[in-house]
Amino acid sequence: MSDKIETVRLQAPFSERVARELKSGQRVLLSGVIYSLRDAGHKRLVELLKRGEEPPFPIENAVLYYVGPSPAKAGRALGSAGPTTSSRMDPYTSCLIRNGLRGMIGKGYRSDEVINAMKKHGAVYFAAIGGAGALLSQAIKEAKVIAWDDLGTEALRRLMVEDMPVTVAIDTKGVDLYKEGPDMWLKRHHD
Amino acid sequence: MSVREFDVAILRDVVEELCGELACELPNDIYNGIAQALDREDGPMARQVLNDLLINCDIAAKERVPMCQDTGMIVVFLDVGFDVRFLGDPYEAIDEGVRRGYKRHVLRMSVVRDPLRRINTHDNTPAMVTTRLVPGDRVTITLLCKGFGSENMSRLAMLLPADGEEGVRKFVIDTVSKAGPNACPPFVVGVGIGGTFDQVALAAKRALSRPLTEPNGDPFYARMEQSLLAEINELGIGPQGFGGRATALGVAIEVLPTHIAGLPVAVNINCHMARHIKEVL
Repeated sequence: MSDKIETVRLQAPFSERVARELKSGQRVLLSGVIYSLRDAGHKRLVELLKRGEEPPFPIENAVLYYVGPSPAKAGRALGSAGPTTSSRMDPYTSCLIRNGLRGMIGKGYRSDEVINAMKKHGAVYFAAIGGAGALLSQAIKEAKVIAWDDLGTEALRRLMVEDMPVTVAIDTKGVDLYKEGPDMWLKRHHD
Repeated sequence: MSVREFDVAILRDVVEELCGELACELPNDIYNGIAQALDREDGPMARQVLNDLLINCDIAAKERVPMCQDTGMIVVFLDVGFDVRFLGDPYEAIDEGVRRGYKRHVLRMSVVRDPLRRINTHDNTPAMVTTRLVPGDRVTITLLCKGFGSENMSRLAMLLPADGEEGVRKFVIDTVSKAGPNACPPFVVGVGIGGTFDQVALAAKRALSRPLTEPNGDPFYARMEQSLLAEINELGIGPQGFGGRATALGVAIEVLPTHIAGLPVAVNINCHMARHIKEVL
């Protein structure tokens, strides 16, 4: 393993071509527009797509952040805003990827079904540091609820982010940091 | 023996204050545990994660913003002296403290009233309270702020006596391995052994309230804590599951007498934001 982590800057939304250049293990400083959505919001979004209705944001090339933030204090966009466990979103995700979703930010494993959809359609999965909600919140400059306000912390929000630190966990080739990282450590320490 | 009259408003005010402290300030034992884990890592990815976790704590403490957006469910262990007489309802006082604390400190309301109908209570009540009667005239309150990313990866097993120490060891290692990145490593691992189906889970939870710097008082179990920790930290999961040594910061075991036919074991996983605090009133 190299002594340095490769860091790239990325602007969201981004195209399939850009997604396919990203490699598992790269650190990414993400800027631009992303959307926050988690459990209840995923259910609504997928139901709406299945009814053939217009989604409340452009899914094509969009990045979703799985987060249920704590409320904002005065003068801040959001409170604490770290990632939640991604696997709960797995049942909805391949449908969203088929509809053009380009990136997801969360933490933890993804299902084989999701990884296969990512490979096929060129989508990428980023990990943000779970539990680092105060740090991640600093990268979120603006937050606006754009749909499903009744869901409270789970509402759909449009977020303006600046140099949000994330790591490419699973790339478009299906290379998975959650497998490769521990395997590499074990190889280094037990061979 | 004189009776000590205890105004429950004290309990309410302490809980209100501690809810904010728990959410925004990592206890010293855990902060130091992360710092020590950072010293032991040699991979850049693991070091970056642990370093970011320390920066996160510093930002949270300075700006009084929660370290993690999952400001949890409040778990309370209330040890009440035999000679204490409460003036008022202590359970209502604790819930009122949570209600005021979560509002005042701008924390996330993460509790639903009913597990299937799932309507949010919008004030993070009720707290999950376990009361014990103990000698003396003091009230000791221990608060945990328990996030569910890690709670969801916790497990319980009714092993057989023949499974013994080896069976317990396997179950703990298996539970930690399955928790992986989903439960936000490095973990604090609370292990309950013995008792009954219900009590073993409480023992595991209570273990999470013990500071990392305090091993089990019984040298046999203190050694078991050390050997389990060493084994967990050879799994390679590492900080956030990106690979590394620090899969856990500590293992705490609490044991109970049990039945001749049984060996209950419970493993309660806590993420690295192991928020615990104790006050003697």
